[in-house]
Amino acid sequence: MSEMLAVTDLAVTIQTPRGLARPVDGVSFSIAAGEVFALLGESGCGKSMTALSLLRLLPEAGSIAGGSVRFAGRELLAMSEQEMREVRGGGMAMIFQEPATSLNPVMTVGAQIAEVLGVKGEAARLLGVELLDSVGIPDAGRRLDEYPFQLSGGMKQRVMIAMALAGEPKLLIADEPTTALDVTIQAQVLDLLDDLRKSRGMALLLISHDLGVVAEMADRIGVMYAGQLVEVAPRDAFFSSARHPYSKKLFAALPDMSRRTSLLETIAGSVPAPTNIFKGCRFADRCGFAKSVCGSQAPPWVVAGEGHSVRCHFPDAENIAVQQLEEIRQPVSSHAPLLETRELKLHFPIRKGIFKRTVGHVRAVDGVTLALAQGRTLALVGESGCGKTTVAKAILQLLRSSSGSVMLSGQELTTLSNSGLKPWRGAMQMIFQDPYASLNPRLRVGEIIAEGMRTLLPGGADKQKIATLLASVGLDADMAGRYPHEFSGGQRQRIAIARALAVEPRLLICDEPTSALDVSVQAQILNLLRDLQQRLGLAYLFITHNIAVVDFLAHEVAVMYLGRIVEQGTVDEVLRNPQHPYTLALVAAVPSIVATEGKDKAPPLSGDMPSSSHPPTGCHFHPRCPRAMDVCRREYPKASQLSATRRVHCQLFL
Amino acid sequence: MMPFIPVLLWSDILLWLLVAVCIAGAVMARRSEHILTSWRRIAGSANGMAALTVLAAFFLIGLLDSVHYRPRLAQQTGVSISAANYGVEVLSLLDALAAPLKNNSEKTYSAPLATRLFSKETIEEAVVGTDGGTAAGTDARIVRDYPRLIYGGAHLGADTAGAGQDMLVTGLIGAALGLAVWLVMAWLLRAMLPDGRGRKSVLATLAVLLLIFAPLLALSTHYHVFGTDKVGQDVFYLTLKSIRTGLLIGTLTTLIMLPAAVLLGILAGYAGGWIDDVVQYLYTTLNSIPGVLLIAAAVLMMQVVIDTHPQWFATAAERADARLLALCAILGMTSWTGLARLLRGEALKLRELEYVQAALAFGVPRLAIMLRHILPNVMHIVLIAVVMDFSGLVLAEAVLSYVGIGVDPSTISFGTMINAARLELAREPVVWWSLTAAFAFMFALVLAANLFADVVRDAFDPRTRMSP
Amino acid sequence: MLAYILRRLLYALPILVGVNLITFALFFVVNTPDDMARMQLGIKRVTPEAIEKWKVERGYDKPLLWNEKAAGAGRLSQTIFYQKSLRMFVGDFGRADDGRDIAGEIKGRMGPSLAIALPVFVLGLFVTVSFALLLVFFRATYLDFAGVVLCVAMMSVSSLFYIIGGQYLVSKAWHLVPISGYVGGLDATKFLVLPVVIGIVSGIGASTRWYRTIFLEEIHRDYVRTARAKGLSELAVLFRHVLGNAMIPILTGVVVVIPSLFMGSLLTESFFGIPGLGSYTIEAINAQDFAVVRAMVFIGSLLYIVGLIATDISYTLVDPRVRLE
Repeated sequence: MSEMLAVTDLAVTIQTPRGLARPVDGVSFSIAAGEVFALLGESGCGKSMTALSLLRLLPEAGSIAGGSVRFAGRELLAMSEQEMREVRGGGMAMIFQEPATSLNPVMTVGAQIAEVLGVKGEAARLLGVELLDSVGIPDAGRRLDEYPFQLSGGMKQRVMIAMALAGEPKLLIADEPTTALDVTIQAQVLDLLDDLRKSRGMALLLISHDLGVVAEMADRIGVMYAGQLVEVAPRDAFFSSARHPYSKKLFAALPDMSRRTSLLETIAGSVPAPTNIFKGCRFADRCGFAKSVCGSQAPPWVVAGEGHSVRCHFPDAENIAVQQLEEIRQPVSSHAPLLETRELKLHFPIRKGIFKRTVGHVRAVDGVTLALAQGRTLALVGESGCGKTTVAKAILQLLRSSSGSVMLSGQELTTLSNSGLKPWRGAMQMIFQDPYASLNPRLRVGEIIAEGMRTLLPGGADKQKIATLLASVGLDADMAGRYPHEFSGGQRQRIAIARALAVEPRLLICDEPTSALDVSVQAQILNLLRDLQQRLGLAYLFITHNIAVVDFLAHEVAVMYLGRIVEQGTVDEVLRNPQHPYTLALVAAVPSIVATEGKDKAPPLSGDMPSSSHPPTGCHFHPRCPRAMDVCRREYPKASQLSATRRVHCQLFL
Repeated sequence: MMPFIPVLLWSDILLWLLVAVCIAGAVMARRSEHILTSWRRIAGSANGMAALTVLAAFFLIGLLDSVHYRPRLAQQTGVSISAANYGVEVLSLLDALAAPLKNNSEKTYSAPLATRLFSKETIEEAVVGTDGGTAAGTDARIVRDYPRLIYGGAHLGADTAGAGQDMLVTGLIGAALGLAVWLVMAWLLRAMLPDGRGRKSVLATLAVLLLIFAPLLALSTHYHVFGTDKVGQDVFYLTLKSIRTGLLIGTLTTLIMLPAAVLLGILAGYAGGWIDDVVQYLYTTLNSIPGVLLIAAAVLMMQVVIDTHPQWFATAAERADARLLALCAILGMTSWTGLARLLRGEALKLRELEYVQAALAFGVPRLAIMLRHILPNVMHIVLIAVVMDFSGLVLAEAVLSYVGIGVDPSTISFGTMINAARLELAREPVVWWSLTAAFAFMFALVLAANLFADVVRDAFDPRTRMSP
Repeated sequence: MLAYILRRLLYALPILVGVNLITFALFFVVNTPDDMARMQLGIKRVTPEAIEKWKVERGYDKPLLWNEKAAGAGRLSQTIFYQKSLRMFVGDFGRADDGRDIAGEIKGRMGPSLAIALPVFVLGLFVTVSFALLLVFFRATYLDFAGVVLCVAMMSVSSLFYIIGGQYLVSKAWHLVPISGYVGGLDATKFLVLPVVIGIVSGIGASTRWYRTIFLEEIHRDYVRTARAKGLSELAVLFRHVLGNAMIPILTGVVVVIPSLFMGSLLTESFFGIPGLGSYTIEAINAQDFAVVRAMVFIGSLLYIVGLIATDISYTLVDPRVRLE
């Protein structure tokens, strides 16, 4: 294989208000024709900046400070802007993380593709249809005349890929191409990228933070940390014997089934700011195994095997110790459920016309029955838009349900007035997804935590109590006087947890509390949540789309599709042996770091989740179900009780 | 017996209230990290600090002009002491400081720094006998010439040949005094401001201001530095008096409309439902009436009210003041809609944010949520709006007064100055100084305000977009 | 689409009624017709008879809202509110103080107003958008910086000075065009050039800066990065992608004023002696002719509402998200 892209000592600087930042600081790697090279790392490590600088598309404050980028034998950094444009159109193409914002909203799909083709009229149309066909968009002729807002997220990413392919690139740069997509759609897009790469002989530079995605796609992997590559290895070598402590810790931080009885490995602190000036190893202060030489001397590249090198002073040291818990006592669950919802429905009216008549309903939640006992965790799993968060808000009575019941400790909540609810507010609290939007930036941490106490607790708020709360979530008591913007995402999430705990709840609803966090920080929060459950006997309703997290944390699982629960049972039942075709597909779609070559993998689900304003007749899942029968189109399946704890809604089991 | 009685005009009260609010705000800001960071950013900006310096100078003049009193009239014999008479004319501190400028009126136009009137007149001139003796008596001769000014260069006497040299000397003395003042201020500022671009810029701006104004002030003691207008009033005095009017319109208008805009905007955005519908209807309706016409209609109506109730006002100054405030209120009526709409949109966004949801989950009452979670997070928009509106309002005052629906004709303002001088450019030879002076001062004020507004916006929220 | 426009029109009706009520309140409730008569006739030397005569001449002698003396529908129609406010909905604006029919006057004066306002609007938009694009093309250079400074300086000058200065230089000092006046037909050009140019120049500062901000906001969006990654030239990016999307916020500010162009410009028309609606308004204000001011308020609001509807419709033209949903 010939070398198609060779990057040597690439350095990028950016002018920031806090000084000159070096997000990329001496990165060298090469990609052969047809190869998939993955850049792996947490946010802020300089992966995206590296990719953008290859195309010379850095933001205005940034510039390439040095190094060389040779592509197909030509030096890109020496090219004129004119020549560079040719490369961007034809040689290298790029797709981005957010398909929703990366397409021009006011131009048709066809026009945006035609721009790259450089031809007009009928010829552009034919080529456009061909391209959309090749990325698996059904009814390509019609889609060509549509605007991006008419397409689903997965479709948009397919259009982005089609646009990238239009110039017949030799190298495709994919910057977190599936991060914004649901897991079943992610599987579709990854499959597509893999097919295209093989059929076109295209090289792929894949940028991802997701070890699973990298394991499924990459031939070789480069781990980035603080603007530098710290380990480069072929896939198998990397996943069997990663050498850099940072790589090892990334693995150890991944939640899954096998770690249920242990604490997750966490990495203390966070990625250093790119404005830092480094002396020794950039990872030294978070390593835990750093010796004095690590702090004073930048480590050299050490060859660790065939094509495997690592930048570490002590690549052979055994520096991960998995912390085994003494014994995880499964908290005793009382029989009476703490939380019970029965046939909970929440329909939003769609109003149209001159007098805003109600012409239909969005059935966001359409008959959800759940039960959760004290001290247990129920995971509510589903893709975005299936109504998970709405269920949470309906339980908390932040949204009033249309029908059905919500019982907390045997008390019906849906019939209570706002003032009647007040005594129950303290018993149930919520932790939100976005740690940046969940804390009022104008209030001090202490005031944020005190808010609920002042409203709900008879004793009000006092300093001592706030300090205790902060300590219980692993923060210092003196942080109460500071403002949220001084904290990192993980710390903010801890503050949000402390705020919820302040009113002494028995039920905590966690709405994707770790999805905005890096994997090492996610591990900290998950550890904390589990620790709190054991200490305080909390019940969690854990809303997530991340199956691995479910495996690690939950006792029971409910799978939701289009406003309804399709399968529920214990974790082992549902995840080890899924029965509903949707659960099956969902579990299969999760990219795994364990080699899956030999195993038969279910093909990814086709199509998108339909809109909840017009759900399909019969079983909601039938248009995407590989085993759909006639009866599925006609009627919604009743529940089948497969075991004492497991229920499935599917005609197959009736 | 006091030599004067203080007069509290409503606009004075409001202006000083505004000053008090600013000081209180500054004290509160010292405790809030966010506001402090933003202000530090402003303090580090050369443009911002230069603009702020110029604005401060304008405000100093405006505030001096906002301390009003009525002087006691000279005691006449035979009038009982207990019934002291105070003049009907309301004066300000600025009037007292600039008394020579105010009182030394000429007969009509004279050019800047002139010693004679601008146009020839028929005058009687005393002809001194050739023998030099006084006993020969003087003949009165009728000639057409430029009459000597009564006050301009009066200290020179009849011989005005040395005027140029006198001006140069006076100007230089003024400049030297200015330099001395600058040195003192520079020394004071070193202690008050942190070192950096901001302080350098303040010092440089001060230097320029003092180098221009110290000589002007020195010269203005003996000359009309900007000339005199049609009725012989000193133009320099008029421009100084115009500043207060401009500042009042620019600040009080927003101050008056602020409560309504903030309350209705946040309420509409947060409460939604019929409240939102009503507020939206209200501001769309008000917005749909063309601004100038609504102002015209309201001002005409207000004029009728004021004219039909002369008993409400003790002095002409109070009447003019009432009209000024009414104008501010009317301008506020037409301008609150923009801010309200902006705040409604922002409240709508904030309402969905997770920290508001969290507060709801605690059962925090709605009013408390609006006060704790919504209001503090839109205050930066309010501040930006206040600063950005200022320059537009100063410009609007000029246009409205020109059209005749602005301030009371007796109130000195940029608009009334321009209105009075509008035909002067058509004269032959041209009388240019009134317009030029009004233009220069207004431009300086508005430019400084615009530059400052830019910096404030960048410091507090660069994404806020406001239509021109 | 048709239903959409229909709905917008229905929404407009209550607004127009609201405007009508506000003006009615302002003109007849805040001050009674007696107050106005006294004002017009001079406060001191006025007899009740003179006031009564003034009111009868102008039709202000009727009750405000409800006529007890009249019979049937006349109880409602023989009132000031019906005669002076509601009649405006059918285009009856009554007579001005000088006895002329206001509606006829408005018709005749629309032409000259448009002759200035339309070129100012069209050329002004073209000039300012071009300038803004130029600045954005050279963004973060000294040219951009100088341009912004110039814009801020230009928007700090009162429009009065643009007119006064322009008239002085161009007409008085250089004798290029007449200072003021107006004739019909093509000969009007020589009277129109200067006001149009001044109108454009006085708007450059604020508008250019405003459009520049909009363009800069768009230029940092993800889809612009995509367009660059596709290998498009900077000009293609600017014109096709940035301008296309920036049209949406630009239209908000622009379309709404188009109908109001009929109203003319108060200042320009009065300075240049153009017999348009702007100078009509200003004359009415100075003469305190309430009938004319009331009529102009009504027409102005009507045109503004038409502008609002036109804005909504124009969105459907440039934004497929609005058009297709």
